[in-house]
Amino acid sequence: MSDEQDVITDIETPIYLKYNFTAGLAPSRFLTQLKNGKLTGQRRAEPDAPVYVPPRGSCPASGMPTDEEVEVSDKATVQSFTIVHIPIPNNPIQPPFVVANLVADGANISFIHLMSECVNEEVRIGQRVQAVWKPEEEWDYAMDNIRYFKPIDEPDVAVDMIGKLPVTGLEE
Amino acid sequence: MREICVVAYSQSDCKSNAGMANEVELIMPQLQAVYKQVGITSAQDVDFVCSGSCDYLQGAAFAFVAGVDALGAVPPIKESHVEMDAAWALYESVLKIRMGQADSALIYGFAKSSPGELPIVLSQQLDPYYLATQWVDTISLAAMQARLMLEQGLITEGDMAAVVADSRRKALQNPQAQLSGETSTEALLNEPHYVSPLRRSDCCPVSDGAAAMIICTVDKAKEWGVPYARITGIDHRIETHNLGMRDLTDSVSTRQAAARAGVADGPVDVAEVYAPFSHQQIILQRALDLGDDTDINPSGGVLAGNLMMASGVSRIGEVFRRIVAGEAGRGVAHATSGPCLQHNMVTVLEGA
Amino acid sequence: MSELAAVVGIGQTHYKTKRGDVSIAGLVREAAQNALDDAGLTFDDIDAVVIGKAPDMFEGVIMPEIYLTDALGANGKPMLRVHTAGSVGGSTAIVAASHVQSGTFKRVLTVTFEKQSESNAMWALSTPQPFSVHLNAGAGGYFAPIIREYIRRSGAPADVGIKVAVKDRLHGARNPLAHLQLPDITAKEVEESMMLWDPLRFLEACPSSDGACAMVIASEDLAEKGPKPPAWIRGAAMRSEPTMFAGRDEVSPQAGRDCAADVYAQAGITDPRKELDCAEIYVPFSWYEPMWLENLGFAPEGEGWKLTMEGATSLDEGGDIPWNCSGGVLSSNPIGASGMIRFAEAARQVRGDAGDHQVPGAKLAMGHAYGGGAQFFSMWVVGAEKP
Repeated sequence: MSDEQDVITDIETPIYLKYNFTAGLAPSRFLTQLKNGKLTGQRRAEPDAPVYVPPRGSCPASGMPTDEEVEVSDKATVQSFTIVHIPIPNNPIQPPFVVANLVADGANISFIHLMSECVNEEVRIGQRVQAVWKPEEEWDYAMDNIRYFKPIDEPDVAVDMIGKLPVTGLEE
Repeated sequence: MREICVVAYSQSDCKSNAGMANEVELIMPQLQAVYKQVGITSAQDVDFVCSGSCDYLQGAAFAFVAGVDALGAVPPIKESHVEMDAAWALYESVLKIRMGQADSALIYGFAKSSPGELPIVLSQQLDPYYLATQWVDTISLAAMQARLMLEQGLITEGDMAAVVADSRRKALQNPQAQLSGETSTEALLNEPHYVSPLRRSDCCPVSDGAAAMIICTVDKAKEWGVPYARITGIDHRIETHNLGMRDLTDSVSTRQAAARAGVADGPVDVAEVYAPFSHQQIILQRALDLGDDTDINPSGGVLAGNLMMASGVSRIGEVFRRIVAGEAGRGVAHATSGPCLQHNMVTVLEGA
Repeated sequence: MSELAAVVGIGQTHYKTKRGDVSIAGLVREAAQNALDDAGLTFDDIDAVVIGKAPDMFEGVIMPEIYLTDALGANGKPMLRVHTAGSVGGSTAIVAASHVQSGTFKRVLTVTFEKQSESNAMWALSTPQPFSVHLNAGAGGYFAPIIREYIRRSGAPADVGIKVAVKDRLHGARNPLAHLQLPDITAKEVEESMMLWDPLRFLEACPSSDGACAMVIASEDLAEKGPKPPAWIRGAAMRSEPTMFAGRDEVSPQAGRDCAADVYAQAGITDPRKELDCAEIYVPFSWYEPMWLENLGFAPEGEGWKLTMEGATSLDEGGDIPWNCSGGVLSSNPIGASGMIRFAEAARQVRGDAGDHQVPGAKLAMGHAYGGGAQFFSMWVVGAEKP
């Protein structure tokens, strides 16, 4: 044996595994509506049960299926947010950009999405926003049918009311 | 030590493809079924919850986090998870009850194996530097094991086919089975080899689904007023990952676990063994020293349907069912993990 | 019922960005051997092995206990793999302890690890799914909005996070195993580091580390036979809640509050700040120190940041309740092991074996870990005195 052999410190072994993703029965109903340009929440079939957007198959608080569809608005309230200063790999969005937890009117739980057409420094908890959709011909079974949310000219929502607005928003 | 028993068990149908249903949607009906069996309404009514699953089967991290969404864990619950078959979740729960931190536990295992190519996915369980890089799939490894047994005259292909024919016939009585039917050793031997010396019929199918179980102290079972089967022995052992250092024609770790679980301390009326390949059922039968008096795999075993991450706990459930039905007084359940039966658990169940 | 159990051996590796000198097996073996040496034991003395780590996708090895059987001397023994997301290091210690506390085994080896340099953690955690936008913002993107909500509620000044970032790095500089060694770090340096996820700056976030941590847990009759004093387990608890549900308090999750109440009750603690001598708490982002101070009952709601700013949690400032004397997650973060490091460092303190980061005379300490969307919690309290 030669003592001059190179020491091997690394081997590269790329792993590629292919999967057929299935979203789930309840999420599929949500995605089907989304392809039609509609945000549809779900809840378990009981009055006053919380409305989830996006629904993932169960009402996590109760462990029961979310059998009932509830249409929600594409207007939403900022529950909280962060300004991201690092780039998204393979994405044309340039930092800094705002990622927000948004609660759609008529829903009781927030989802994460982008905010744009806004002054980053002026984004705030309770701010009102609305979805900016892609052109209809680009709609797919995906949440990024909504390109981003932009601020709208409505008064801020009090913190204790965030997540409690009806589908009609502030109009009531 | 506190006496612990199984009081409820439910398993979904084994399906080659559960279609659009996601993991949460597979779990919820099984949980509801076991709640109903003991007369409770949610996971809030047990003291501890533990699950078994594997992220790589569906191809996304944190499969078990979605599982928590099926539990109604508001207010928060005492909950844990093993990235193993749920039989090991049951083991963790047994320890919890033994130490007095819980009187009852809910256990569930789930998998949607259909999204990926399971034997290839499982090749990534192997040593990542020397074996996984060669993509040695689980069927090929099992085939080498069967080859050793055939060459050494420990079994014949007819013995293997007989195991399959027996499984198919017994599975006719199992409404959850994926594969069942009347067939014969001769007919099976006429099928072509798949990964020689294995035929397709020697290999378990890939199945989607979930199983759930409730265990508790005997006192709690009496309080609930439900029939139960006592867990009188439980042990598991793992052995070397180096296949070249193992006698693949035997299962040493099954023998070790069986000895500590006390399998030989009484008659074994029924046994459910987790043998994903026909020849492995023969290895396990011998390692557990099961004779003609034992009804082996009355459910058809996993050759009739294999819910990865749940099949181990289902074996315990199938023995439980037969004991509470009065069909057996004492039974043995076996669970396995890893290539060529590397890791094995043995549970002994007895009637009240 | 529950038998007494104690930590009798602790072993860690150095934490660093990339441990190119060892395989995954070599890494866990190193920690395990260190723990056995510390306990004056060999692999033959071990009855069972309990291993834990975060998602398998971090290294691309499925159910790694199968491959690591030999490295951990588990051949012919029971071996169990725990996975409860980021809290796994703590949960694994608790499951290992239950092997002894149930009276089933006498001595158990428990090991947790992460070798993130073998894969790409950020990628592993964010496979695209159609019901949410694929922003790849990482854990910081998830937790920063929650931190912002904490700041709004508590009215905490903007520099609390900076103070924690400095304090934990100064602690880490006392610990030769810590990944980040920044003995000269200043508040100005943290403040000027790149803003990543506003309000979190680069130096307010944890590093990504390779490393492993191991412990030997023994039964009452064997606990005092080792060369060093045992750390008695005085209480251990776990709690889980769903990631998202309507009305969830993400800033101060009930699962954390309940878990703490449980572990304090077991250990007979009514005032954690007063009765505990120190704590190792899972703080991967600076602001989680004040948030957990409140969640765990060390401070009234809205006032956690005051303890931080007063120096109560700082060893260097002679605080009354030092947190993360080892440098914490902010100094070393092999994810799957990070929780166990907290548990093990708490044990080191009460064994009086924490070297330059020892809290003088520490008798009672707490280890804490959390995971997922701050929804899985595991905690234990260890003491120098037998309960």
